Amino acid sequence: MRIAQILHSSRQRTLAHHRRRANIILRNRLEAFGIALLSATLALSLAVIVPGVQAGKSESPSATGNSEYNLSKSFKGKLPITQLTEDEAIMHALDRLAYGPRPGDVDRIRRIGLEKWIDQQLNYNSIDDSALDDKLAEFKTLKMSSEQLLDKYPPPNQTAKRQGLTPEEVRQQNQQDMQAKRQEMRQQGIDPSMIQFETMPGPQRIQAELDLATIDRAIYSNRQLYEVMSNFWFNHFNVNVTKGADRWLLTDYVERTIRPNAMGKFENLLDATAKSPAMLFYLDNWLSADPIAFQHMQQELALRRQRFQGLFMGMETPAPRQFPQAGRFPNGQSLQGPPKKQDRGLNENYGREVMELHTVGVNGGYTQADVIQMADCLTGWTIRAPRKDPQFFFDDRIHDRSPKVVMGKTFNYGGMKDGLEALHMLATSDATAHHISSQLAQHFVSDNPPQSLVNRMAQTFLSSDGDTRAVLKTMIYSPEFWSRDAYRAKVKTPFEVAVSAARALDAQTTISPQLVQWVGRMGEPLYQCEPPTGYADTADVWVNAGALLNRLNFALTLATNHMPGVNTDLSGLFGQDADSDPSLVLSRALGDFLGGQVSVQTRETLEKHLSDPQILQARLDDPVKHVNEGLIAGLVLGAPEFQRR
Amino acid sequence: MRMSRRIFLKGGGVAMIGMTAMPSFLQRAIADTPAPNKKKLVVLFQRGAMDGLNVVVPFAEPNYYRLRPTIAIPQPKNGGADAAIDLDGFFGLHPSLQPLEPLFHSGQLAIVQAVGSPDPSRSHFDAQDFMESGTPGKSSTNDGWLNRSLQETPSPKSSAFRAVAFGPYLPLTLRGSASAIAIPDLKQFRIFGNPQVTEGDFESMYASSVDQALHGVGQETFEAIDSLKKLDPGNYQPANGAQYPKSRYGKSLQEIAELIKADIGMEVAFLDSGGWDNHVNEGGVEGQLSNLLRDLGQGLAAFHQDMGDQMDDVVFVSMSEFGRTAHENGNRGTDHGHANSMFVMGGQVKGGHVYTKWPGMSDEQLYQNRDLAVTTDFRSVLGEIISKHLGTGDLSPVFPGFDNDPRKFLNILKS
Repeated sequence: MRIAQILHSSRQRTLAHHRRRANIILRNRLEAFGIALLSATLALSLAVIVPGVQAGKSESPSATGNSEYNLSKSFKGKLPITQLTEDEAIMHALDRLAYGPRPGDVDRIRRIGLEKWIDQQLNYNSIDDSALDDKLAEFKTLKMSSEQLLDKYPPPNQTAKRQGLTPEEVRQQNQQDMQAKRQEMRQQGIDPSMIQFETMPGPQRIQAELDLATIDRAIYSNRQLYEVMSNFWFNHFNVNVTKGADRWLLTDYVERTIRPNAMGKFENLLDATAKSPAMLFYLDNWLSADPIAFQHMQQELALRRQRFQGLFMGMETPAPRQFPQAGRFPNGQSLQGPPKKQDRGLNENYGREVMELHTVGVNGGYTQADVIQMADCLTGWTIRAPRKDPQFFFDDRIHDRSPKVVMGKTFNYGGMKDGLEALHMLATSDATAHHISSQLAQHFVSDNPPQSLVNRMAQTFLSSDGDTRAVLKTMIYSPEFWSRDAYRAKVKTPFEVAVSAARALDAQTTISPQLVQWVGRMGEPLYQCEPPTGYADTADVWVNAGALLNRLNFALTLATNHMPGVNTDLSGLFGQDADSDPSLVLSRALGDFLGGQVSVQTRETLEKHLSDPQILQARLDDPVKHVNEGLIAGLVLGAPEFQRR
Repeated sequence: MRMSRRIFLKGGGVAMIGMTAMPSFLQRAIADTPAPNKKKLVVLFQRGAMDGLNVVVPFAEPNYYRLRPTIAIPQPKNGGADAAIDLDGFFGLHPSLQPLEPLFHSGQLAIVQAVGSPDPSRSHFDAQDFMESGTPGKSSTNDGWLNRSLQETPSPKSSAFRAVAFGPYLPLTLRGSASAIAIPDLKQFRIFGNPQVTEGDFESMYASSVDQALHGVGQETFEAIDSLKKLDPGNYQPANGAQYPKSRYGKSLQEIAELIKADIGMEVAFLDSGGWDNHVNEGGVEGQLSNLLRDLGQGLAAFHQDMGDQMDDVVFVSMSEFGRTAHENGNRGTDHGHANSMFVMGGQVKGGHVYTKWPGMSDEQLYQNRDLAVTTDFRSVLGEIISKHLGTGDLSPVFPGFDNDPRKFLNILKS
């Protein structure tokens, strides 16, 4: 595994090297034009671009006038782009339909045309992603079922039971084993982040692999829109990995519930989440039962037990085999009558959230009575045993058989059909179409998307049977999506900051638990959002002093190559010729990371600091001064413009 | 939308300073001047809906035991650890809150029971927003009650630390045009690397930014970093042998104590805690709620001990978006309900009393036949605190549309 790892990363490095050389040659050629052009058009373009940069925020967009741009048909096809330049349109697409530009992306889109690129992203199956697949192959847990995960990484108390030890003894033994392994790996000179990864206690490893895979997919997948949508839907149907058994159930949820349905029909996704052990556990529906049916079931079980015992008595066979310590269960509970267990009854948790969060929305027109009856419809949707046999299972014995009325519609089919039909009603309702469209528009367009756009998306939702791809298409082919108001109007979430920065730097990840931790430190620990709302998608939550500070520190740490497990080759990225020319590094960083579109103020501030002795430094063994490229890159990644998309 | 007002006001204020090109050290000197208000308010939000009925237990209410056959806290029995701690013959504290018992009896801690929002929503997210904005039922409010309270007592020379949320986000409670910052981790509140280059560059980049939202935040950030340099946040030693619990909540409380003692102008501090949404296995004397309460009680007691005499200037208040069903559900837990309880602690508190107009728990007394009814509006508790303690004169902008008549205060605070 370790060898595969090294081979893998060295191959990657070679590939990256070739690509960068090509990049540099191209760049040198462009540079001659570029510089001349830049200085000549600086005054002009700033007049156009800069107010535009501000427009997404709070400056009046009228500062730009109603500039109309006539982009070529071969570039934009039928996309209704009139308010953005070609470069802006490309950046906008990469920032919204992808996790920001990687070096070369802008040129590639310019070459193949924007509409063509978007079409590919919408029909992602034809996009080759084998390099990413190779990279993910080492995360073996992704392909394992929840059962296999429980078997390979058992909960500490199960390990204890298997080995006949106390949980504390097991914990100590694990700690000793890991300590020894860490020592051994350190002596072999293995990367500290790799050591951290390889010596994680069992169950943590599962989440670590999922976290790392999520970040790698967002950075490296060529199917960028698909990744954006996968993460969007996960956040919509949020599950918190730290809740009990969900540690073992979440991988299956992400890999086989969310991802296969990320670009498909909403109802399929809703049904899949409703049946997923991860959601059933997270929102407690697995325990929800019709209290009367439950009592009935208990009585029947008791009756059967009696009959069973009577059978033996009648045959005058010895009494049923005794448990160890006659009359008591090993844990001290009495054999007489079941261990004092509370009767099971209704749990409203999922019934409420499936309406409030997943479908019709909080103003979708339901009452407390509807919440209860929805929960009634879903009684019996349970898990066989979350930590032993984590399969979805419909238990008809605890299902509510009486007629149920949810939002004016009666459900009296019996069995699982009650729940399925109720979910079907929710999935196809007008309120759901609007709620989902509004959330999509909030994610892709602006914090307060235009109602006209939301309405058209909702229409598509209803007419296409909730087809995600069709709704996205309506949005992408709307003038609102390409409006000046929408340009850079969104503030990136911490995850988006981390991933877009890694993409901008063309960073190569090996194993980096630290990168995962940084996303958490910036405020968005992956898969650990406690409330079922998921993380906020609006700027008011993410823009604050503490969060900003963490973003700046993240940018510096990553760009100066101080993130274990992530490598950046800045001299490759910026070109050898920039090595002693700070202003060249700056202009390339601004160009690569932000499409050159920054405010005069940001540019001037950065230029002013290029003369700082920290920027151009001589090393002890080398009298030639070299540019501190990491510092410049870090400053650009920490700039206000990079916080937006 | 939510940000527009903040951006507008802040942008205007900052522009005045920024444009005159005042040297940053002078700006800082101004920013560093401690606020004249010595009074501090600490606000805890318990997210997820705490089960107030198992926290402040109505042990003399027979219906309580009828509705909660397996999770009720038993009636007090002389000093027994697995029963409610008698407060006044009717209410008792959950046994895990034992550290609060002496604070209650010494008059430092008051409890409000059957308090909450009049809005019927049982959505966590709506109800939290309504409580944090201070405008139940109105979802269009962009700023929080505590921020509006700060707006009402403008402090021209206020510190960057005037209002601090301890955690990665600025909660709605503190959002608005008055300056407020979030501190995820006091020890890490600095720019990495060589401060002269990186900090200076970032500072001037954000100071000159045309992006007004980020510009304002940048200003707050760098002012705060600078003020903090005088402190040594890594080496704080709590006084009087106080021991904070190791949780995030415990750590935040300790950081609040540290900043109050550092006297750098913090007037209001906000922290929150999660895990209160116990639909399953909430438990009674033992269980999930019990663990959370142990943390809550130990933290508050440690804070009180650590603050010592300075507690005279401090008021602590807790709240949670709504209570939980009066009856337990089918899984030894409780579902979303209505009224809840609030804790108020401090030197100026008339403690040792459970302030309540007890609504009763018979079926017809329950709100919608299922939840404890709200007999005290949370705004009257908060209104009294910010009026008497922070000196906010006019409460009508803070709680618009609410009857803020001081004669209707519960008089939880001395004068």
